[in-house]
Formats: sequence, C-alpha cells, structure tokens
Amino acid sequence: MKIPGLFWGQFRRDGALALRQPGELANPLAFFVLVITLFPLGVSPESAVLAPLAAGVLWIAALLSTLLGLEGLFRRDRDEGTLEQLVLHGEPLVLAVLARLLVHWLGTGLPLTLLAPVLGAMLALPEEARWPVTAGLALGTPILVLLGGVGAALTVSLRSGGVLLALLVLPLFIPVLILGVSVAELAVAGLPTAPVLAWLGAGAALALVTAPFAIAGALSIAVETG
Amino acid sequence: MKVPAPLVRLWHRLGSPRWFFETTAPWLPWLLGFGVVLLGAGAFWGLALAPADYLQGNSFRIIYVHVPAAILAQSCYMLMGTCGVVLLVWRMKLADMVLEAAAPIGASFTALALVTGAVWGKPTWGTWWAWDARVTSMLILLFLYLGIIGLRQALARPEAAGRACAILAIVGLVNIPIIKYSVDWWLTLHQPSTFKLTEKPAMPPSMWIPLLLSVLGFYALFIWSVLQSTRVVVLERERRTAWVQNFAAEQGSKA
Repeated sequence: MKIPGLFWGQFRRDGALALRQPGELANPLAFFVLVITLFPLGVSPESAVLAPLAAGVLWIAALLSTLLGLEGLFRRDRDEGTLEQLVLHGEPLVLAVLARLLVHWLGTGLPLTLLAPVLGAMLALPEEARWPVTAGLALGTPILVLLGGVGAALTVSLRSGGVLLALLVLPLFIPVLILGVSVAELAVAGLPTAPVLAWLGAGAALALVTAPFAIAGALSIAVETG
Repeated sequence: MKVPAPLVRLWHRLGSPRWFFETTAPWLPWLLGFGVVLLGAGAFWGLALAPADYLQGNSFRIIYVHVPAAILAQSCYMLMGTCGVVLLVWRMKLADMVLEAAAPIGASFTALALVTGAVWGKPTWGTWWAWDARVTSMLILLFLYLGIIGLRQALARPEAAGRACAILAIVGLVNIPIIKYSVDWWLTLHQPSTFKLTEKPAMPPSMWIPLLLSVLGFYALFIWSVLQSTRVVVLERERRTAWVQNFAAEQGSKA
C-alpha cells in the first residue's frame, strides 16, 4: 500500500526537477543527432554506403548518448544530500532508484527512440528495417539505462568519473548492441525479427528485476563510506 | 543441511588475515616448485617431443601457452566473482584482499591469451586479428578486468573500493555468459565459418598430455602468484596491527 506512494512521490519529484532544466534533458539528444550527422560527413553521403551502416550508427550513437547522460544520474542528488536521506530513511531504496531511472529513460531513451525513424530515413536505413530498429531501441534503451545506472552508482563519489564510467559500462552494453543491430539485418534479409526482439525484451525484464538492487547497493556503499 | 564442523572452523579462520598469512607461507615454495616442474615438462614435451600438426606444422605448438592462459583468464574472473559474493554477503576482509590481488593477474593472463592468439593467428588464419567470436569475448573480458582495476584505483577508501569492486565483479560474472552467447550468435549470423580453427582433430595423447601438464603448471603458478600478492595486500592493509609490525621487525633484523 505504501509502495506506490513512495514510487510516485519520487517519480514526481525527479520529473519536476528534470522538467525545470530542459537544457540538461536536451543535451544527450542533441549529442545523439550530432553524432549521427558526423557519419555522412565522415564516411560518405552516398545512400548505397550509408544504408548498410545505418542501424549500427543509430545504435552506437544511442549507446554514446546514453553514456553521456549517465554521469549526472545520481550526481546532483548526492551533492545536495538527497541521496543520503534516501539511503537513511529506511524505506526500500530500490523504489527510489526505479523512479529515478524511469524519469531518466523518459527524458533520454524514449525521445531518442522516437527520433530514430526520422534519423534512420536520413541515414538511408532500408525501409523494411525502420520499425524493427525503432522497436529494438524501445526495448534496448531501458537495458542501457539500467546497466548504465550500475556504473553511475559505482562512480557517484568520484569527481571526474566519466572515462572510468565508459570503461565500466560499455563492455556490458555489447550484447544489446549486437542484438539491436541484428534486428536490422534480419529485417533487410526478409526474415522474422520477433525472436530477436523477444530476446531484447527478456534482457530488459532481467535487467529490470536485478539492476536496481545492484544500483541501490552501490549507492548505499557510496553514502556509508562517504 | 548440516555443514561439517571442520569446514565451519576453516570458514571462521578465513576471517583472519593473519591466519591466512601464516598458513600459506609454507605452501609457496611447493606451489612454485610444482608450477615450474609441470610447466617445464609440458613445454619441453610440447615443443620438442610432440609431433608436428599435419595441417598447421610447428605453429600449433603455441597451444601450450595459449590455451592455459585463456583457461586461467576465465577461472580468475570466476574466482573474483566468488570473492565478490563472499565479501558482500559475509563481509570477509580476506575476500576483498584476494579480489584486489587477483585482478591484475587475471588481466595479464587475458592479455597473454590475446597476444599469443594473435601470434598463432598470423600463420594459421593469415591475419593477426580477426573478429572471431572467442577473440572478441576475450577482448571484452580484458575490458571487464580493466574496469575493476580502474574502479579500485579511483576510489580512495579501501572499504568503499572493495565493496564497489565486488558489485562490479558480480555484475560482470552474470554478464559473461550473456556476452559470450551474444558474440557467438553474432558471429554465426555474420560470417558462417570463414575462420574456423581447423576443426579440432581429436588430438593424439602425445599432444594433449603435455597440454594437460602445462595447464596444471599454469594453475599452480597462478595460485602461487595470487597467494603471493594477496600476502602483500594483507601486510599493507594490516600494517597498523601488532603482528605485522613484529613480522616487519623480524624481517628487518634478518636482513
């Protein structure tokens, strides 16, 4: 009975804070678009060259922009002392973590997924792969946020944890990248994409029930040991 | 379920770094000796006596370094994941010390496996590097090791660093099979059998016995070096205790 209240209270607070700083919300998205713009400039604007690369470029840009957003995930809460209160108040920290991650995903993963069809068209992504890739991003970006949250929580007490954070989480992102890109390949080859999407969904479910506990553990370590 | 009493006693004793330090001291020369003898025998047998492979000629002989290094690289991560669980569940100090000591050793074995693999790849595959499934998962394993080492160095307080590394080791341990299967699956999707190690012919005993010897020798040397560097960590962490200061004074008066 208390659990929904805790979750939604935290959700409203984090949501309000995020909305008050639209710039911070927009930065990872602008980065996502920018990285994608660099590829036609750097590789080739020919659609014959871009088409086979498009899904990979979308996914790598999504990985990098998620990574960029992760550093601030718990940083402000820690600096102002909110995190300490969350750890100390005795209610399950996992709920607050879940609410925080949901807000973060709504601000980064979701808009990125919604932008993907447009950017895919700009990258000459074959039409039959457009919706499968978007569905893959919708299922895969929550995994990125959940796994990345573990890295963000482990490095929350570091002043400049950015590079270390990349080293910690990018290897863990690799399965998501492989599955996400193969969705496009299957779609282009005219094969069913549902099995791979189901794997991504299974990964999201697994990450959803395990990662918040690891994050909560890492945050309590950071608070307890200063 | 009833746990036998001697095991319980051992478990409690493992809580004391001092007990560990004093108990393992006499093991070291034996482990080193076994390691050197087994590895020497395996290397001599493998390099000089074993017949050359009918397809790969003499280049296959690097197997006697490559395969043990790759096995150890994975075993070491298992050890670290286990230590992570023990540290988080039972708060055993010794587990943290082993976790710290084993990470660089595991990373070195992974790097050794990658380098020897590249050297082997040149004559057999015709290229130093191929994005083969096993090669790729070993490379990712190396990144996982580097992440743990980096996290430990970045966090100043040893206690925080230990528990954070334990969480990371466990997350990595859960992910290793997922990474492995996804990479295997990715390979079969991309390039069906362009590169396959000449479908392993069931090796004759004159080839696999020396391999077994060198694997065992690698294990002995691995245990020796993990024990050795754990002992150094024990001394560093416990330097304020009386027994370490007595030990240091004894060593000083001997020198």
